[in-house]
Amino acid sequence: MATTTQADPAGRKTPALLRAGGLVLAFVFAFPGIYLTYRAFGEGADPGNLLFSERTLAPLWRTLKLAAAVSAGSLVMGTGLAWLTHRTDLPGRRIWRVVLPLPLVYPTFLGAAAFIRTLNPGGLANDMLSGVGVGTTPELRGFFGAWLVLLLMCYPYVYIPVAARLRQLPSSLEESARLLGDSALAAFWRISLPHAATAIGAGTLLVFLYTLSDFGAVQLMRYDTLTRAIATNHLADPPAALALSLMLLVLAAAVVLAERWFSRRLPDGSRASGPEPATLRLGRWRPLATAAVAVAAFAGVGAPLIALVDWAAGGVARTFGDGRPLTVDYSRVADATLNTLWVSVVAAIVAVAAVLPIAFLVGRYRSRAGWIAHAVVISTFAVPGLLIALSMRFWTLRSDIAFTLFGDTFALLIFAYIVRFGSLAMGVSVVAVRSVPDRLHDSARILGAGPLRRFFTIDMPLMGPALLAGAGLVLLSVMKELPISLLISPLGFSTLATQIFGSFEDAFVAEAGLMGVTLVAMSFLLTWFLVVRRQEQVSGPERR
Amino acid sequence: MVIASALAVSACGSDSTPRYLDGAAAGIYGGECAGSTGDEIAIYSGRTENLIRPVLDAFACEKGIDVAVRWGGSTDLALLLAEEGDRTAADVFLSRSPGPVGFLESQDLLGTIDTEVLNLVEPQNRSASGTWVGFSGRKRVLVYNIDSYAPDELPQSVFDLTDERFRGQVAIPATNGSFIDWFTVFRDQYGSDVAAEWLSDMVDNDARYYPNNRSIVEAAGRGEIEMGLVNHYYQYQEAAAEGDSHRASNWDLADDDIGSLLIITAATVTASSERTDEANELLSYLLSEPVQRYFSEETFEYPLAAGVQPVDILPPLQALEIGSVDFDALGGGFAETTAIVEASGILNQ
Repeated sequence: MATTTQADPAGRKTPALLRAGGLVLAFVFAFPGIYLTYRAFGEGADPGNLLFSERTLAPLWRTLKLAAAVSAGSLVMGTGLAWLTHRTDLPGRRIWRVVLPLPLVYPTFLGAAAFIRTLNPGGLANDMLSGVGVGTTPELRGFFGAWLVLLLMCYPYVYIPVAARLRQLPSSLEESARLLGDSALAAFWRISLPHAATAIGAGTLLVFLYTLSDFGAVQLMRYDTLTRAIATNHLADPPAALALSLMLLVLAAAVVLAERWFSRRLPDGSRASGPEPATLRLGRWRPLATAAVAVAAFAGVGAPLIALVDWAAGGVARTFGDGRPLTVDYSRVADATLNTLWVSVVAAIVAVAAVLPIAFLVGRYRSRAGWIAHAVVISTFAVPGLLIALSMRFWTLRSDIAFTLFGDTFALLIFAYIVRFGSLAMGVSVVAVRSVPDRLHDSARILGAGPLRRFFTIDMPLMGPALLAGAGLVLLSVMKELPISLLISPLGFSTLATQIFGSFEDAFVAEAGLMGVTLVAMSFLLTWFLVVRRQEQVSGPERR
Repeated sequence: MVIASALAVSACGSDSTPRYLDGAAAGIYGGECAGSTGDEIAIYSGRTENLIRPVLDAFACEKGIDVAVRWGGSTDLALLLAEEGDRTAADVFLSRSPGPVGFLESQDLLGTIDTEVLNLVEPQNRSASGTWVGFSGRKRVLVYNIDSYAPDELPQSVFDLTDERFRGQVAIPATNGSFIDWFTVFRDQYGSDVAAEWLSDMVDNDARYYPNNRSIVEAAGRGEIEMGLVNHYYQYQEAAAEGDSHRASNWDLADDDIGSLLIITAATVTASSERTDEANELLSYLLSEPVQRYFSEETFEYPLAAGVQPVDILPPLQALEIGSVDFDALGGGFAETTAIVEASGILNQ
């Protein structure tokens, strides 16, 4: 535990209030973990015995394989895309920047279903290919199917924070490298990559943890992982389900600690951001780079979108033709759209505010209390949403006061979203805090500026882009969230994701398609307004 | 036609102008909405909104009782109910399959339904202890791709599916709730050894695992898989949605085969409900003639009450057919069923 006063290398003491706040936050984010532990031991679960059974080890091993592969893929894809769209003269990069984060908004069950129904035998793409003489395409399933879908849905966890970091890198570094004769690629390896290393590490960690928690994609791809084992045993064998969940959490904590150990050995990255990010000329690589980004955007955003539009169009055609007409109640869709909009915006803002104290503890004061809170927040990301929802309900029922205050309220819903997704803002926020140069604070203090004034005049403007990236990650994730939105919301509340789920369950595919398109359109606009435009205001006009 | 009602679920009585339902809900109740009685009930529904909302709208309008709903998966809702215990807001829980009801019963979370309501269905479709009542039925069938097989080439029993000629062609929704229910009854009827051996033979015959009924019906319609063991219900939904491009059809196994089991969807009242009168009123409404007819004609399920006959396109249920699932006997059976399924290797291909 933290000692009463701690000093960082620069000799600053951790403010006691901040540390207390950090520990309180750690406790709050630990709710799901404490719940699982309490329940597991209350139900007489036996994690030790279960761990060494074939029934557990096989799904565990498959889970780890998949998580490692999706992480590796996302690392390469997310970093590459961020660099191409933020540090080079890639054509159309302003559009790419709005499009590339969007796969995050597809619920993975929907993304997987779109790929299966489109690419697999008898699907849309299959029909089109057979039209030009190509026979049956291979069936997308198992490890490869799960890997592909999760990679395409998860790379934004890396892309968004790395893009935010690269925007801030002073141009002088790469320009010097270029002046010294390095090629664009060499400048990437020698300058951009090392300076973005912590952001890359944080993002990749999120991909790993998300993959541990995913159920939608692995289920439809029929790849048997721990979450499947948990789901199957919920009713049949609750102690086993709890023990497996606990195992997932311990695994997540171990990975988080390993990442921390690793990231401490990475360069800290340069501080201070130049007003004008460098733009490297791709030269003869331009066509190839453009093609690569276009393929990524098509696979991650375009292909599922085409599938959704195809489903929706089929339904519209039926309405005028002979089949079951669309059963869309427009007032209900409008309600769901508005609900989705406001809960995701509120959750995104509150999530960033909630993790910021921890980011300061970790990034500025290197406080041990901060690191504990940080690890708790991030590990929680591996807990499946259903368990977060159940744990939230559990906590509101522990006391009359909590029940009266939070029983069936939006406060509880937002709180649950933040516990589920606060981790997404955590890593980027630490990077943001670290990017503020100490010397600016020192000068301001000497000039008599108080802590609050320094926070608003120095920290916030400099941290803006990274914090917005964090908010964007939370925003897109809340928009598609399912179990919490279904189980913890006040009665009668619906979001686009819950409506899509309901429609899809009973083969109202066209309805699901229409609402899916609405979801993508809305996230496109939000990404534009909240992430891209704000980023540009904060970091100044782009150099052409 | 199923067109979701534009009318809010809340009862419609605050102003004096008469209100009427439209769309599918109007097919259930065409009269003027009653004024609100001020009563309200809360429902946790594992049945999905598109098909159940019209029923609840009609109930709210006709009876003047407000209805608030939490939609979700039956299993997830059962877990939530277990977590909430006697503090749940729910008065009624509608389950898509028997498993979640058995789970709640084992936790003593279900109240007793009024005898008059229970008596609306045959004894095999209600709980002996009065904790649940079936309100629609779904029959186990073999769905098949019509371009791959003709009906006369299809088997009569699930035991035939271990035959070499079906190698690699049969899909099994091994982790799905209704499959687990079915397999538990299978064990109950034939003994665990026979059931486990059948599943193991299926695995040896390269039977293929799919996560649920729906994905099997959809895959059979595309020709990705030749056939699969599912509930009859999903084929009709998929065909309604996709029309002729969906190349699959249901095949009924022999009437006395375990593969023709009728699985019911059940309604329950929570043990902690303080609005049991309204809850029982809703349950009896679900079993009324217009609603049973709606289930038959619009959702293509088997009606269980009020003398309503299955719609023409559904094969009639035969007297020889194995009865519906006895939840009460299933109680502790799910853990072992799940263990057998996991041990069979079907999940890992």
